[in-house]
Amino acid sequence: MSADTLLEVRNLKRYFPIRGGLLQRQVATVQAVDDISFDVRRGETLGIVGESGCGKSTTARLLIRLLEPDDGTVAFDGRAVATSDGIPVRELRRHVQMVFQDSYSSLNPRCSVEDTIAYGPSVHGLAWEAAKARVREILAKVGLDPALFAARYPHELSGGQRQRVNIARALALEPKLLVLDEPVSALDKSVEAQVLNLLVDLKRDLALTYVFISHDLNVVQYMSDRVLVMYLGKVVEYGPVESIYANPRHPYTRALLGAMPSMDPDRRGEHATLTGDPPNPINPPPGCRFHTRCPYAEPCCAAAEPRLAADASVSAHYTACHMLVPGSGHSAAPRIAA
Amino acid sequence: MWFFIARRVLYAVPILLGASLVVFVLMKMVPGDAADVLIPPEAGKEVADMIRARFGLDQPIHIQYLLWLRAMASGDLGVSIFTNQPVAEELFAALVNTLKLALPAVFLGFSLGVLFGALAAYYHATWLDKLFSGFAITGVSLPHYWVGMVLVAIFAVVFNVLPGQGMGPEGFPSSWEQVKHLILPVVTLSLIPMGVVSRLVRANVLEIRSMEFVSALAAKGLTGRRVLLHIMKNAAPSALALMGLQFGYLLAGSILVETVFNWPGSGSLMNLAIFRRDIPVLSATILVLAAIFVAINILVDVLQALIDPRMRR
Amino acid sequence: MSLQETIAVAPIAETLHRARAGRSYWARVRERLLADPVTMTFATLLLIIVAMALAAPLIATYDPTSGSAFARLKSPGYAGHWLGTDEVGRDLWSRILYGGRLTLLCGVAPVAFALLVGGSLGLVAGYRGGLVNSFIMRSMDVLYAFPSILLAIAICGMLGSGVGNTILALTVTFIPPIVRISETITTQVRSFEFVEAARASGAPSASIIRFHILNNVLGPILVYATSLISISIILAAGLSFLGLGVTPPNAEWGLMLNNLRQAIWVNPLVAALPGVMIFMTSMCFNLMSDGLRSAMDVRL
Repeated sequence: MSADTLLEVRNLKRYFPIRGGLLQRQVATVQAVDDISFDVRRGETLGIVGESGCGKSTTARLLIRLLEPDDGTVAFDGRAVATSDGIPVRELRRHVQMVFQDSYSSLNPRCSVEDTIAYGPSVHGLAWEAAKARVREILAKVGLDPALFAARYPHELSGGQRQRVNIARALALEPKLLVLDEPVSALDKSVEAQVLNLLVDLKRDLALTYVFISHDLNVVQYMSDRVLVMYLGKVVEYGPVESIYANPRHPYTRALLGAMPSMDPDRRGEHATLTGDPPNPINPPPGCRFHTRCPYAEPCCAAAEPRLAADASVSAHYTACHMLVPGSGHSAAPRIAA
Repeated sequence: MWFFIARRVLYAVPILLGASLVVFVLMKMVPGDAADVLIPPEAGKEVADMIRARFGLDQPIHIQYLLWLRAMASGDLGVSIFTNQPVAEELFAALVNTLKLALPAVFLGFSLGVLFGALAAYYHATWLDKLFSGFAITGVSLPHYWVGMVLVAIFAVVFNVLPGQGMGPEGFPSSWEQVKHLILPVVTLSLIPMGVVSRLVRANVLEIRSMEFVSALAAKGLTGRRVLLHIMKNAAPSALALMGLQFGYLLAGSILVETVFNWPGSGSLMNLAIFRRDIPVLSATILVLAAIFVAINILVDVLQALIDPRMRR
Repeated sequence: MSLQETIAVAPIAETLHRARAGRSYWARVRERLLADPVTMTFATLLLIIVAMALAAPLIATYDPTSGSAFARLKSPGYAGHWLGTDEVGRDLWSRILYGGRLTLLCGVAPVAFALLVGGSLGLVAGYRGGLVNSFIMRSMDVLYAFPSILLAIAICGMLGSGVGNTILALTVTFIPPIVRISETITTQVRSFEFVEAARASGAPSASIIRFHILNNVLGPILVYATSLISISIILAAGLSFLGLGVTPPNAEWGLMLNNLRQAIWVNPLVAALPGVMIFMTSMCFNLMSDGLRSAMDVRL
C-alpha cells in the first residue's frame, strides 16, 4: 500500500439475516455489501453513487465501524482496523468521522448545538470548558456565528444550519477522513450549493479527505475526484470522475448517466434507459447482478460474475462487465490478441 | 397467519409455567412454617412428621414444585385447609358468580366508554368534549369500591330501593329479584372500563381524524356521520382489544367490589382465604385467575390479528 | 397585513425570535405547564393536600389513634371534631390528615422505586437488544400474566400486611409496565441518527445512555409514572380496604373506608369522607399527568 493511500478496503462483506417462520429461523440473507474493494487516496474526494438499496449507506457505516463487517479488511493509514496489532476502533474514531443526512433524527432535540458538538471531544477526554472553546472555533469555521448559534436547539435552526452543525460535529474530533452519507440530499437546491461550497472550502483549509456518498449524479460530479458506482452490493465501475462521466463503460453507469435530467434539449432521451424493476437484494440474480435489466445481457452474464478489470485505454478506470473482458464469452467482448 | 396463532399459543406455555413458579415461590415465602397451620400444637414428633409427609412438605423444594404443578395442571386444585373440600368445586362456583358481574359490567362499561369517547372526539374542543372527558377521568380516578359504598348509601340506605348486599337467589339471572341484586355491583364495576375505554377511543378517533384519508373521504363528499363510521371502523380493533383486556381485569380484580357488596364470587373466596390464611385456596385461585387472564390475552391478540391486517406478522 | 407592514415588522420579529432562541425543551415544557389553567389548579390542590398531610402533627386536633366510646360516628361539628368521628370515636379530621401521609407514601413510593428499577431495566433492554432484551422482556411477560390487582393481592396475601409489604407489592406490580414503556422508547431513540453519531464519536455506551437517551426517554416515562401514581393510590387504599395493607390502628384512607363500611348504614356522610380524599388526590395526579403530556407534546 502506498503512502498515498489513506484507506484501503479489501473484500468487504456484510450480510443481514432475515428471520421468519415458526421458530424465527434465518430464512434468507440480504447481501447488502458483497465483496467490495477500493482505495481512498489522501486528499481526494471519492464519490460513491448508486440507487437506493445498493449498499452505499451500509458501506459508509462499515468504514466508520458502526457496523462490523462479516468478512474483509479495512486499513487506515497503513494499519489494519480492529486487529490485535493494528489500530483499535476507538482510535479510529479520532481520524474517521461521518456527516449524516440532515433529517429529523440527526440531532438530539434535547441538546443545544453546543452540547451536541462538544460531546465528542469530551468523550475523548477534553474538559467541558475546553470542549466548549473548540465548539466556538468550529462553529465559526462552518459559517455559524457562535454567539447566535451555540445555545440554540435543533428546532430553532433551518435545514442548512442543521447540516452545518452536523458537519461541525464531525469536525470537532479533528479527523483526517470524513465519510459523508447523502449530506445534501435533504436540502433545498440553493442551500445545497452553499453547503457543498462550504465542504469544498473546509477540505482545502483543513487538508481533509472525503468519501462522498450520494444518489445525485450532478453533486457527485461536482465534488469528486474519483467515483465508485455500486449496484446491489457490488462495485460495477470505478475510476476518475472525468473518465467515468465522459466515457462510462458499464451499461448500468451509462443508463444512470443517461437518465440524468438535463436542460439541454439535444440531450433529451426518447425511451427509458433502464427497464425492469430493481431486483430484490434478498435474492440477487446469479452471475452478473445487473443482467436482468441489462440491454446487452447474454447467457454468459447469468453464468459467471464479472470481475473488476482495468480498461485497456485508461488504466485507472475499472469496470466489471463481461463485454470488456477478452475471452469472457460475450459477443461484444474484444477478441484475445492472437 | 396460522403460524402467528400457533406461536402465540405456544408462547403462553412458558408464561404459565413462569406464573406458576411465581405463585409457588410466594407460597413458600409465607411467613411461618406451612405445616404449623396443619399440625395441632400438642402433637408429637411422629404425628408432625406424618402430617408433613402427607402434604409432601418433607420433599426437596423442586420436587414439591413439580408435584404441585402436576396436580394443578391435571385439575386437582388442592383441598381447603378449613373446609376440607376440594378447591376446584368451590372455585368454579365462585367464578360463575363473578362472571355474572364481570360480563354485564364489561359490556356496559365498553358501550358507555365508546359512546363518551366518540362523542368527546366528535365535539372536540367544545364544552361537550370537556364534559365527556371529565366523565372519563372521573371514572379512572374514582376508587370504585368507594363508589360502591356511596351507591349503597344512596340506594339502599337512604332510598331503600335496591339491595346493598349479597347476590339473591341462585341461578342464571332471570327474575327481577336476581337482577335487582346485580344492578349496583355491575354499575360500580363498569366504571373502570368505562373510563379507560373512553379515553382510548377519544385519543384514537382524534388521531385517525387527523389522518389524510379522512380528508380524502370528506373531499369525496361524505358527510359527518358517514365519515364517523369509517373512523370507527379504524378505531375498532384497539378498542375491542382493550375490552377483552378489561374483561380479564374485571374477572380477576373484582375482589374489591365483591367485598363491598358481599357478592359470593372468586374475589370473596380469595378474601376469605386471605383472612383465614387458607393457602391452598388462595394459591389455586390466583393461579387459575392468572391462567384465565393469559387465555383472554391470547384470544384478544388473535382476534386483533384477524381484524387488523397490520397486526399480522 | 399589507406587504409594507410585513416588511417593516420582519426585522422586529427576527430580533424577538433571536431573543427567545436557546430555550431548552424542558424550559418550554415548564412554560406550557404554567400556562395551563386546569393543570395549575389541580397541581395547587395537590400541593395543598400534600402540605396538609405533611403538616399533620401541627394541624391535627386530636390523637388519631385514641378514640372514645361515647363519641362514635358523630357528624361534623360535634364537640370540636371538625369532620366528626369514626366508628370507635377517633377524630376524623386528624385521621384524615395522618391517613394522608400513609396513603401518599404507599402511592408515591412504589412508583418511584418502580421508576428506578423498571426504567433502568427498560433502558438496558432497549439499548442492548438481543438476548439481554429477550431475557428481560420475557421475564416481564411472566409478571404480566397477572392483572395488577391480583399480583398486588397475591404478594400481600402471602407475605402479610403492613406498609412495607404494600410498598413492595405495588413496586413489583408497577415494574413491568414501566419496563415495557422504557424499552419501547429506548429502542426507538436508539435508532435515531444522533445516537449513531454519538457512537461514531467513540463514546462508551454508558455515556451515550446518560447523555443522549435519558433526556429523550424521561419525558414520556414521567407522564406515565404520574398517571401510575393515581392508580397506585387507589390500589394502596384498596389493599388496606381488604385488610392487606396498612394495619390498624394506623390511619390510612383505604383502611378508614373499610372500618367505616358498616357505618354507612348509620352515618353515611362520615363513612364516605375518606373516599372523597382518595378520589381527589387520584384525580389531581391524573390531571397533572394529562397536563404534562400535552405540555410535552411540543411540535419540534
